[in-house]
Amino acid sequence: MSDRIKATVKRRQVREAIEQSLIRRRKRNRRFRMLGLGAVILGMLFLGIMFSSIISKGYSAFALTDIQLEIYFDPEVIDPQGGRNPDVLASAAYGKLVKAALRKEYPEVKKRKEKRKLYRLVSTGAIQQLRDLVLSDPAIIGSRKKLWLIADDDVDQYYKHGENQSRLKGQQLAWVAQLRAKDALKTSFNTNFFTAGDSREPELAGIRGAVVGSFFVIMITLGLSLPLGVAAAIYLEEFSPRNHWTDFVEININNLAAVPSIVFGLLGLAVYINFFELPRSAPLVGGLVLTLMTLPTIIIASRAALKSVPPSIREAALGMGASKMQMVFHHVLPLAMPGMLTGTIIGLAQALGETAPLLMIGMVAFIVDIPGSILDPATVLPVQIYLWADSPERAFTERTSAAILVLLAFLVLMNLVAIWLRRKFEKRW
Amino acid sequence: MAAYWLGCRYSMQQVAGDRRQLHSMPRYYGYYVALWTALPAVFLLLLWRFLDQGLIVSMVAAELPDIIRNLPVAELHLYLNDVLNLAKGNITSADVDATMQAAADHFKHLQALSDMSLLASLIGMVVAGAALALRQINPEFRSRPRVETLVRWMLAISASIAILTTLGIVLSVLFEAIRFFQMVPVADFLFGLHWSPQVAMREDQVGASGAFGFVPLLAGTMLVALIAMTVAVPIGLMSAIYLAEFAGAHLRTWAKPLLEILAGIPTVVYGFFAALVVAPLLRDGGSMIGLDVSSESALAAGLVMGIMIIPFVSSLSDDVINAVPQAMRDGSYALGATRAETILRVIVPAALPGIVGGILLAVSRAIGETMIVVMAAGLTANLTANPLESVTTITVQIVTLLVGDQEFDSTKTLAAFALGLALFIVTLLLNVLALHVVKRYREEYE
Repeated sequence: MSDRIKATVKRRQVREAIEQSLIRRRKRNRRFRMLGLGAVILGMLFLGIMFSSIISKGYSAFALTDIQLEIYFDPEVIDPQGGRNPDVLASAAYGKLVKAALRKEYPEVKKRKEKRKLYRLVSTGAIQQLRDLVLSDPAIIGSRKKLWLIADDDVDQYYKHGENQSRLKGQQLAWVAQLRAKDALKTSFNTNFFTAGDSREPELAGIRGAVVGSFFVIMITLGLSLPLGVAAAIYLEEFSPRNHWTDFVEININNLAAVPSIVFGLLGLAVYINFFELPRSAPLVGGLVLTLMTLPTIIIASRAALKSVPPSIREAALGMGASKMQMVFHHVLPLAMPGMLTGTIIGLAQALGETAPLLMIGMVAFIVDIPGSILDPATVLPVQIYLWADSPERAFTERTSAAILVLLAFLVLMNLVAIWLRRKFEKRW
Repeated sequence: MAAYWLGCRYSMQQVAGDRRQLHSMPRYYGYYVALWTALPAVFLLLLWRFLDQGLIVSMVAAELPDIIRNLPVAELHLYLNDVLNLAKGNITSADVDATMQAAADHFKHLQALSDMSLLASLIGMVVAGAALALRQINPEFRSRPRVETLVRWMLAISASIAILTTLGIVLSVLFEAIRFFQMVPVADFLFGLHWSPQVAMREDQVGASGAFGFVPLLAGTMLVALIAMTVAVPIGLMSAIYLAEFAGAHLRTWAKPLLEILAGIPTVVYGFFAALVVAPLLRDGGSMIGLDVSSESALAAGLVMGIMIIPFVSSLSDDVINAVPQAMRDGSYALGATRAETILRVIVPAALPGIVGGILLAVSRAIGETMIVVMAAGLTANLTANPLESVTTITVQIVTLLVGDQEFDSTKTLAAFALGLALFIVTLLLNVLALHVVKRYREEYE
């Protein structure tokens, strides 16, 4: 064999080898690409699973089961003297009316133990319902009326999700089935969930107290962190001399933004509550802690916004004889404001979802009343979610998911506002 | 407001309406007067509010009969608390007697006196401040520079709040931690292998050894963080690579914000998801294949925490991948490399410092994360590497030690601050390291 043939053979071998390796390399490329796509899809999948599981658990909490009972407004029970005094009417034992109605509905129930089980079908909230009715119209006393009363959470779970989702047993199931056959059960929109404070009874528990608490906390955070953050950003960006001190401040702010939130809670506990002796569980303290937490975010965003204002604006203002302060406040600040507000809203959205530091300063107490001021003990929405998630009752799981939906709705709203602000006022220089 | 108006008017009067003769614009005279009126008064108000309660209480305490005054400090404190509660119409813990009633009345009297004098001095301050400022006003008076210097100082003070916060964190946590280390030796804390913070109330109490060994907590924290990172790093990194290098512009504009939603979800929601969805799923799945999975396993908490950190890893790596110069990609393609080869052999090595920095930041996030582990991980400190068992973390222990009413001096509460100090130091070191690495890397390509 001549050298030429040898060379041709070798070349062919080389080409084949290259083609082989090309196939392999392309395959590997495709595999790598698929892996990447898989990662993106997996991330989306997690998001989807989370949302769908929360929505599927939570949507049913917006409905509440009512029981229809014929209530006899017995004058003997409500107002034996017949004076129709509002105080007497308000303190009457309305529970007896409900019990009497239930006894009448199920005359066969005689034993004391069984009766107690029977009474448990109707929520204790029914008492409040009857009291409100009588107080608004005392003429109702002595009459008989078919009324829809709030059912107990066990009945609620049974009616909405079926037998195996409820703690009802034996006789109770039979009774409820009887009610169902008579069309004496229905679901209605759960207004309680939005108008009531927390409660031990799932069917009466609502998020109003937590929402109001969150509102106070966020307002304090906004009121303190926006001016402070903007002022700090202006100083650092426009006035401060470039030296080691400002470098130190800058590193400090960047580090603060990454400090775990629970450490801010420890700070709040040690400084605000222990040292300044501010009241525990108060939205004021919560707002102060969250202010410190959101400040770095706002400062960083505000500085970026100030940086994006072109120097020509500053120079023009200075050239027209404005002082540096006038230049900043009259010309630069208005242009940077949308960016600052966007950063602030994002920081506040973080603060709204924050739980851990608020646990530290005692905002975890069980509070029924709706807070009236920033010094009243209160809880906030995420903490309420945490508290309910700990409760063993199934009905609370449902309400936890519903509260999460409300919280997420607020967060989405805030982020939409931020996006809208950015779109509307964003300027390209 | 009134002061502002007054200042404007007065300055105009001085020059008989001819504003050209004034040094500064009239409103700066207004600002000047307003600042002089408001600032001292506000300062006084804050100072007063801060001091008066303590002062009044000590005055009341001085008036108390000797028997009560000679009580131990803690009891005296309790007694005074009762007096305060009585005066404010709250429920007292002890029975009310004549002395207490007298003390409460005395307190009320002093409180009223304090309020009255506060009001009086506030009004005095306002009037004096306004008068002083007004007297200074004349056409040559340079009010604008004065006002601007003051505003500048206020800005500087705002900027130093960040420093004060850090200082506050360090000092408050450090002081309580030092008190803790006076009760428990540092070596026991750092190297002890047992953690059971129940301090014995009685001598004969069983199961309350009061051991404060930090190691199991650290191990638990690391285990959960490790699981989280094994979830988050591959998924986050791969999706960042895919979105930056493979995906079209259309997919990118949709997928990136969607992934970032994961970062915006409150951690308590993740906690709920971990505790009520993932943990039961793992337990049932485990029992199906014959594994005994704890219902508070480290795995559930770690997995969900990993999901939470995905967007963190992906957006940070996205930044650094985009920062790699296009010329390096083009060079690699020109040599005939496929995309995957370009990414694996050129881009990732070039971006590695930045990616490592991002991962370090993510680790510090995972270590400091609280709600997920509080809701999904356990309370008992096990020294184990088995992800199916229940472990506890530093943050969980801080929460369990501090939630609920406790006196502030007990070893338990102080232990929480020691843990907080450890947490702060660990995350701070990680952050400083990560920021340093990222910064160094950025400078390389700019």
